[in-house]
Amino acid sequence: MHKPVAGLIRIILQRLLLGLLTLFAVSIIIFIAVNALPGDFAESILGQGATAEAVNAIREQLGLNESPLSRYFSWLSGVLRGDFGIPMSQALFQSFTGASTGGEVVTVVDQIVPRLKNTLFLAGVSAAISVPLAVTLGILTALYRNTAFDKAMNVSTLSAISSPEFFLAYILILFLAVLNPVFPSLSNIFPGMEFSDRLNKTMLPALTLTLAVTAQMMRMTRAAIINLLASPYIEMARLKGLSPMRVIVTHALPNALAPIITVVALNLAYLVTGVVVVEVVFVYPGIGQLFVDSVKIRDIPVVQACCLIFAAVYILLNLTADILSIISNPRLRHPK
Amino acid sequence: MSQISRRSLLKTGVAAGVLSATGLPLRAQAKRGGRLRMGLNGANTSDSWDARTHSDAFMINCCHGCVFDCLTEVGPDGQLRGELAESWEASPDAKVWTFKLRQGVTFHNGKAFGADDVLESLAMHTAEGAKSAAQPIVSAISEMKKINEHEVELTLEAGNADFPFLLSDYHIVMFPAGQVDEAIAKGIGTGLYEAVSFDPGVRFVGKRVASHYKDGSAGWFDEIEYIAINDTSARMNALMTGQVDAVNRIDFKTEPLMRANPRITIFEVTGNQHYTLPMLSNVAPFDNLDVRLALKHAVDRQELVDKILQGHGAVANDHPIGPANQYYAADLPQIEYDPDKVKFHLDKSGIGELNVDLHIANAAFNGAIDAGQLYQSSAKKLGININVVQEPDDGYWSNVWLKKPWCASYYSGRATEDWMFATAYEAGVPWNESNWDDPRFQELLYAGRKELDSDKRRVIYHEMQEILSTRGSTVIPMYANYVDAASSALAHGENIGNNFQMDGSRMAERWWFA
Repeated sequence: MHKPVAGLIRIILQRLLLGLLTLFAVSIIIFIAVNALPGDFAESILGQGATAEAVNAIREQLGLNESPLSRYFSWLSGVLRGDFGIPMSQALFQSFTGASTGGEVVTVVDQIVPRLKNTLFLAGVSAAISVPLAVTLGILTALYRNTAFDKAMNVSTLSAISSPEFFLAYILILFLAVLNPVFPSLSNIFPGMEFSDRLNKTMLPALTLTLAVTAQMMRMTRAAIINLLASPYIEMARLKGLSPMRVIVTHALPNALAPIITVVALNLAYLVTGVVVVEVVFVYPGIGQLFVDSVKIRDIPVVQACCLIFAAVYILLNLTADILSIISNPRLRHPK
Repeated sequence: MSQISRRSLLKTGVAAGVLSATGLPLRAQAKRGGRLRMGLNGANTSDSWDARTHSDAFMINCCHGCVFDCLTEVGPDGQLRGELAESWEASPDAKVWTFKLRQGVTFHNGKAFGADDVLESLAMHTAEGAKSAAQPIVSAISEMKKINEHEVELTLEAGNADFPFLLSDYHIVMFPAGQVDEAIAKGIGTGLYEAVSFDPGVRFVGKRVASHYKDGSAGWFDEIEYIAINDTSARMNALMTGQVDAVNRIDFKTEPLMRANPRITIFEVTGNQHYTLPMLSNVAPFDNLDVRLALKHAVDRQELVDKILQGHGAVANDHPIGPANQYYAADLPQIEYDPDKVKFHLDKSGIGELNVDLHIANAAFNGAIDAGQLYQSSAKKLGININVVQEPDDGYWSNVWLKKPWCASYYSGRATEDWMFATAYEAGVPWNESNWDDPRFQELLYAGRKELDSDKRRVIYHEMQEILSTRGSTVIPMYANYVDAASSALAHGENIGNNFQMDGSRMAERWWFA
């Protein structure tokens, strides 16, 4: 038993290192992409008042006139020390009031953390609904494959995933907020509110996300199980006289876990990184809204930090998926 | 109230304090209570209580007339009245202004309001290198003097009869002296509502102060909650589903649905907000008056109002003074779409075929590109080729506006004629978007500024509007209305302010739950 565990740890470390390398590559891409955006913070914050002198003064102050290379490395070295910098909007604000404030400086981290928590809460609620739902539906559709139930499920989940999210969101608002006021259409959650209230206000965006991610997980579960149903050991279980449900849940499902875990992890990542549209429609104060607002005013430190967080979430969840599927599959656990 | 002329209020604002203390007759029915929830756009994560940076709906509503107060206030009827200033007096040349301050006013942290606060708050805008949007307004102050705790004397470089009006600007709110940084961090003003929580770009909650000098005339809600809803559909939905009581900037596409909803009232005012198409008057071919006149007559203004504003506006007459201004010249002949005049001026201009580029982006105003294309098609019928160049929204104000010979822009308008002209039509000012430099216009501008006699000013401003209309270098096709909506459960006074959206951005102060 000792050797496999050591092997597993080595694999995990390898993957983590690769993940870090990927993150580094991503950081370069982010930096290039963000800097390729037309216009900059100085221009967007000044709007109609963007005279050449004013723009230059603010650029000078924020260090936007330095070469991209030196800006990248100062940003990177900050990030490595856990310092994501100060949002440009705040930096500007500080200079208005003078350095004498003594008041606390709002950093990028201060701005992102509460928003990230909100987004994780939304992702958590959506996952708590969608994952059990998708797996159960996957098992049921595998069990009753090619029946009317199977087809109905496939058609409905596939149409949900094929519709753009804002459309799903508006449909849900129409049916659950306007025609039957069950849930509020506005998710204005804030710190210190009751959990039940918070859950109530998070429901519509969570349901929208559920509709958006269920189909893929369900169909993967269904396909993985059906794939296994032809194998000899399932035949054996059936010949033993086990019920179809038992055959699927205790015999087929464990072997189908690897692909299911992978697709679940991918969708969880999507719940964190793909919420931008949903958050805007429901005015949910998550990281997606912050991201959009920051892109709009070209607040580069915040945009870069958001991108990096999105990338890290993707990489980490993929890594987890890989590791979990290795653990769930003895053949991968004991490499020859 | 309307019998009292603006002049008498201006020269000696004694009546102002009395008026604001007694309130409007309809206010008798107003009653206290409830929580006003508003959905507003224009919110940013970069928002703060620093009024010098305010430019958009959310913070304008949060700050002046809510948490903070100005020295003066433009009432819902368009008349100037005192806010933290009780009365004011001008020297005969309108150069030295003495303001008597309201006594017994305290900031939310308990500090008493007095002359020092006024001087320090004004200095925030006048200081060397101050990045205040209100700097052009207050830069004329050459000396500020404290006479006693409740009186200040402000001396201007040149006479300005409108000076008290300028102090109603939403940037120039009063901060507590010596605690400005703290006040900016926490939102400490003298307003009717004190800040309870403020999450930039997300939400603001305020609580009615226990006692206030506007008691009995304004500030009817116990609590207010402003929710940042930048997305138009989400904002309309929030009102339709009753999660907010009022929203700004309604969506014209869903407006009929809102009108059909008995629980919602749409309120609309025509103010001074106008859209402009400035031509650089010193660049060919726009330096040719006949070219400008041909272009002025080649656009169907009513069509623009109908199609771009969906009827929520009015045709304008190529001058920036609107119906909310005191000396609006409504009697000037309206410039119309006129093929004969276009032909006449084209022939007279002697340049033969007219080909011009119109640089435009929706950053200038909603539907600007469509407006450009409508202009293009109406002009094409008359033999003028307008090439509509679509510019990116990003960097529009720094790369296109003031740089390209013909582009698009907008103004929310200004409370006074002089202020508007000084912003964009005075020779040499940075925002002079048409490079307008006309000796007679300039002469009138200076004359009007220091003239205290109302009748004489009317004549002066009439001529200035006429000059811009008949030979100016800016096509101003339309005034855009402020169109907002509120729950029918809300009630308001006799008039709705037309100087800004949302009843002069003072709904929290002026409205109540019926």
